[in-house]
Amino acid sequence: MEYFLKLFLSGTAKGSIYALMALGYTMVYGIIQLINFAHGEIYMIGGFTALILGGFFFSKGMPVGLVLFFSVLLSIMYAAAFGFTVEKIAYRPLRGKPRLSALISAIGVSIVLQNFVLLSQTEKFLPFPSYLPEFSWLQPYKAYINSTQLIILAVTTVIMVLLTLLIKFTRTGKAMRATAQDMHMAQLVGVDVNRVISVTFIMGSALAAIGGVLICSYMGQINYYIGFVAGIKAFVAAVLGGIGSIPGAVLGSFILGWTESFGTGYISSDYEDAFAFVILIVILLIKPDGILGRTQKQKV
Amino acid sequence: MKPRSILTDIGKSLVTAVLFMVLLFPLMVMKVNVSRGVAQIQFRWNLLPIVGIGAFVLSYVWRIALEWNERRGNNRSGGIFSRTKAVAGVYLAKSAVRTSSYLLLLAFVIAFPFLFGMYHTNVMITAFIYVILALGLNIVVGLGGLLNLGYAAFFGVGAYTYGLMWKYVGPSFVAAGIDTGWLFWISLPLAGIIATLFGILLSLPVLRLRGDYLAIITLAFGEIFRMVMQNSSDFTGGATGISLIPRPWFFGQKLPPIKAATYIYFIAIVLVIITIFVVRRIEDSKVGRALEAMREDEVACEAMGIDLVKNKLITFALGAFWAGIAGVLMAAQTTYINPDSFTLWESIIILMAVVIGGTGSIPGAIGGAILLKLLPEYFRALSQYRMLIYGIAMILIIIFKPEGLIPRKRKQYTFDKKEVTR
Repeated sequence: MEYFLKLFLSGTAKGSIYALMALGYTMVYGIIQLINFAHGEIYMIGGFTALILGGFFFSKGMPVGLVLFFSVLLSIMYAAAFGFTVEKIAYRPLRGKPRLSALISAIGVSIVLQNFVLLSQTEKFLPFPSYLPEFSWLQPYKAYINSTQLIILAVTTVIMVLLTLLIKFTRTGKAMRATAQDMHMAQLVGVDVNRVISVTFIMGSALAAIGGVLICSYMGQINYYIGFVAGIKAFVAAVLGGIGSIPGAVLGSFILGWTESFGTGYISSDYEDAFAFVILIVILLIKPDGILGRTQKQKV
Repeated sequence: MKPRSILTDIGKSLVTAVLFMVLLFPLMVMKVNVSRGVAQIQFRWNLLPIVGIGAFVLSYVWRIALEWNERRGNNRSGGIFSRTKAVAGVYLAKSAVRTSSYLLLLAFVIAFPFLFGMYHTNVMITAFIYVILALGLNIVVGLGGLLNLGYAAFFGVGAYTYGLMWKYVGPSFVAAGIDTGWLFWISLPLAGIIATLFGILLSLPVLRLRGDYLAIITLAFGEIFRMVMQNSSDFTGGATGISLIPRPWFFGQKLPPIKAATYIYFIAIVLVIITIFVVRRIEDSKVGRALEAMREDEVACEAMGIDLVKNKLITFALGAFWAGIAGVLMAAQTTYINPDSFTLWESIIILMAVVIGGTGSIPGAIGGAILLKLLPEYFRALSQYRMLIYGIAMILIIIFKPEGLIPRKRKQYTFDKKEVTR
């Protein structure tokens, strides 16, 4: 039972990271029907920026709390800027072209960003110093959950709530929902579609950066390639929940996190990454629209 | 359209340059290294002006290029490039010129291993293997419009067919005193068949899926294949792979490496020619035309009475077949295989060859594959930047020249204007 609970909690922590990323996928897909392959790379860049800036601030003798605050804040801003730039350069000129064009462009962006970081930084795995605080009151429960996992859970929950409120009640959120439903119609009623898409990319990238910093603190290491597998998994989570649906992305992420956790715990750790792919294949066979997704009719 | 003032353009580019300097600052100028748990930052200030100037120039060029792209629209005539191409086309259309240039090319290709050394021959074999792969993927992506990101798995199936044949059937061949080189000739058709079966098997679940889902699920299959090969070390040798795979049989002779390379080179040429011939025939066949219709519009295609399921199956099967053949060739050339040769990146490089060369175009796929494989070999200094350059090239091609460097010529009915007027 203790083992089960441990696996459950680590699966929950993993799932909440996937959720942060899956939201970015699902939001972008909901609006422009593009699998943003570069999303995982944005997450990696978020982690790297936090490492670099955090290291710089720390070496200047800043207290740990401020290091954490500024490096996370700046890395979120940088990742958001990267997401914005990528959309503007690589996706916007392809709007209205066949959907596969944008997808191929996204694969290109993913390769470019990976190799950019590989060449400008390093190909090695770097240890990621954790600036996250350790809670002393959590000591007795250490066998089940550690402070990083708890922080991950808390941060994710807060962000989910904020995001839901933003999408439900603000003007921007309304514009986003309108654009997701019908881009041309939204344009006709005066929604600035370009701005909405930019905002979506900025928000998705910011979430990815938060996920990147959290998971790097959790795993304790980073390299230029981490974004790729994480990106694919988050995508699987988004598809599992029903792509385009925000609660679906969260649900799918938790299911994926638990499956991976229990799978590696009870079956085999050799195939950790394979569970996501198997789930993906199964879900696409049984219910391609995902758990909470609406069935889409194919239009001519 | 308002006349553009150069000053505003320069101003915009300056702003972009400053923004890029800020954006790329942490990753370009600061370099991180972690030692003993402490991150150390090294500043590379000399890169900052490079970023600034580069961003300034590129943003200026980018804006003009985008405008040109927009303005061009459907009107794609004119320009020196297309005019020279038209002139060359006129000459190439003359059958005498065409035949002699083909013969010249063939003579060069045949003479190649004798003129240049073993190293270059091996490079060319690799390029030919990629030509076969690109042509195979071209059936799936170019003709069928189905984006397959797990293509390297079929390549791996081919290579592993040969490898496993060697590992499990090889000893009994040795015991019976049969030349192990025969295994190649047995594996070649066998790998094609097995890869085809895999293609059919894997395409069954994906038949219902649309473009981007299909891409992701083929990616998943590719990765699962690699993981299975990596983790079932009892059966496939795991991460260490299979080594000492025999070279193809050549009248019972043990060839020295250089002659073996030449021999495999010629096998590769023959296979490339067969592939080109078959793919060319497929394109014009009923299946090829159905695939093209499917790529353009699935719903309309179905309404015309074309069986989508059957066509998708055929597409995957045909694509997989050539990958299997290429895999055997690759195993014979390197005499060593391991799962690392069949990663997602391999699939993506093949896809790049198809996209950069020209989706759906046979000369495009050939040119793309040769270009992508030869450039890093002969520009060693650039090989580090290889993937970066390919990635950028792919984005640029998709935006500015989606039909690729060597676009495919679509069949069209033409009529002579003169005949009509007279």
